[in-house]
Amino acid sequence: MKYAFSFLAVIALVLIAGFGSQIPGMQYLFGVVVPYLAIMLFVGGFVYRVMQWAKSPVPFSIPTTCGQGASLDFIKQDKLDCPTKTSEVAARMFLEIFLFRSLFRNTTSELHNGPKITYESSKWLWLFGLLFHYSFLVIVIRHMRLFIDPIPFWLSAIEGVDSMLQIGAPTLYLSSVTLLGGLLLLFGRRLVNRHVRYISLNNDYFPLVLIFAIGLTGILMRYFLRTDIDIINIKNLAMGLVTFSPVIGAKIGAIFYIHLFLVSTLLAYFPFSKLMHMGGVFMSPTRNMANNSRAKRHINPWNDPEIKPHSYAGYEDEFREFMVDAGIPVEKELSAAKDEA
Amino acid sequence: MYNKGTIIPGLIIFVLFVTFPIWFNGLKAGDLPKPELPPGGEKKCVMPVEYMRANHMQLLNDWRDNVLRDDNRAVVEIEGKKYRKGLQMACMQCHSNKEKFCDNCHTYAAVNPYCWDCHLTPKEAASKEETH
Repeated sequence: MKYAFSFLAVIALVLIAGFGSQIPGMQYLFGVVVPYLAIMLFVGGFVYRVMQWAKSPVPFSIPTTCGQGASLDFIKQDKLDCPTKTSEVAARMFLEIFLFRSLFRNTTSELHNGPKITYESSKWLWLFGLLFHYSFLVIVIRHMRLFIDPIPFWLSAIEGVDSMLQIGAPTLYLSSVTLLGGLLLLFGRRLVNRHVRYISLNNDYFPLVLIFAIGLTGILMRYFLRTDIDIINIKNLAMGLVTFSPVIGAKIGAIFYIHLFLVSTLLAYFPFSKLMHMGGVFMSPTRNMANNSRAKRHINPWNDPEIKPHSYAGYEDEFREFMVDAGIPVEKELSAAKDEA
Repeated sequence: MYNKGTIIPGLIIFVLFVTFPIWFNGLKAGDLPKPELPPGGEKKCVMPVEYMRANHMQLLNDWRDNVLRDDNRAVVEIEGKKYRKGLQMACMQCHSNKEKFCDNCHTYAAVNPYCWDCHLTPKEAASKEETH
């Protein structure tokens, strides 16, 4: 029942915002102060974490090689899986960031009767992850309509495509459905797959539950709990926030403050959690380095520049007498070395 | 710090993305939309104003389903006044100017209802009658 804590935490957040925002005068706290704090923590924390990573040296050249490396001319190099040039690394990174290519390669090992072990392709994480991340991206972009004025054409176009089925009024967004679906599948995977279940922690479950609650409150607000949900008032508040002149105008329903508080929690939590894989995917040395350590020497930044390279010939010159004394074979005998000198 | 040449520009791009609404708006919040009240001076709608502000789209959707899908054209009677179910037959009898009433808020909130795929504004309806 490791995941129970995540549910309790999210329920507590919902209750805090639901009741707190209904106390007169507290709307400013939940509508202005908390969102500002959250976005400052998000941007500040994100930049801080990336800077910490940037300050960490990479002592070795450690790209993950998943294919034939550059070799003799007649051996075909796998340019995406064992890149040697910056352009090849960029192509590999692009596919990783936009299509989650490393998850696509995932395999699972299973023991069958026999006993026989099999390694089969397992693409569920890739599929659910793709579903979730792209839905989330579309939703974030769509929300920009509440933060900018006038609305550019491309934003209306994205929204038009997202609501193309014209179900109900306000029209149902496809990304809302796929977001919740993706999250349910990702959560279900952690419960059903016993290996993944064994290694899952609260900090794996909590973001899933939190984002699910964000999606659910958003859907409830848009389609069901519409009392005091006037989009004009909400946009007025949002525009006030991004123009640094926040105003709490007409009454807005509690469900809006719950939604906003959960989003603020997500933003504040982001830099200190596994969600930093958003920045981390760019910073992984196993992905962003070229496998060219034989052509180009990788200098360990920890190396003391005072310590010069010491060749074997130099080593033998230094210790030849002791080596001969101890009966260790040497490349140049004592007499030959003396002749040279 | 290592790889300054790529990490610093990357962080700048990230911050620009996150702060997109701030620089896009240029700190100008713009005016709140003020939908025009019925030119005829009508004061009563089918529902109270708070309800209409939040739920008018659901009411219209229900009416659309009633009329077109369930063939239920029953007249709605509210406080002695009768309304036929329909955007043109009920709403636009009073709120006759689409541009100054509907579009006012819809443009601000980037809502593109598909009412007008089929319906005509009173102005359009009048011009059609002339040509026929």
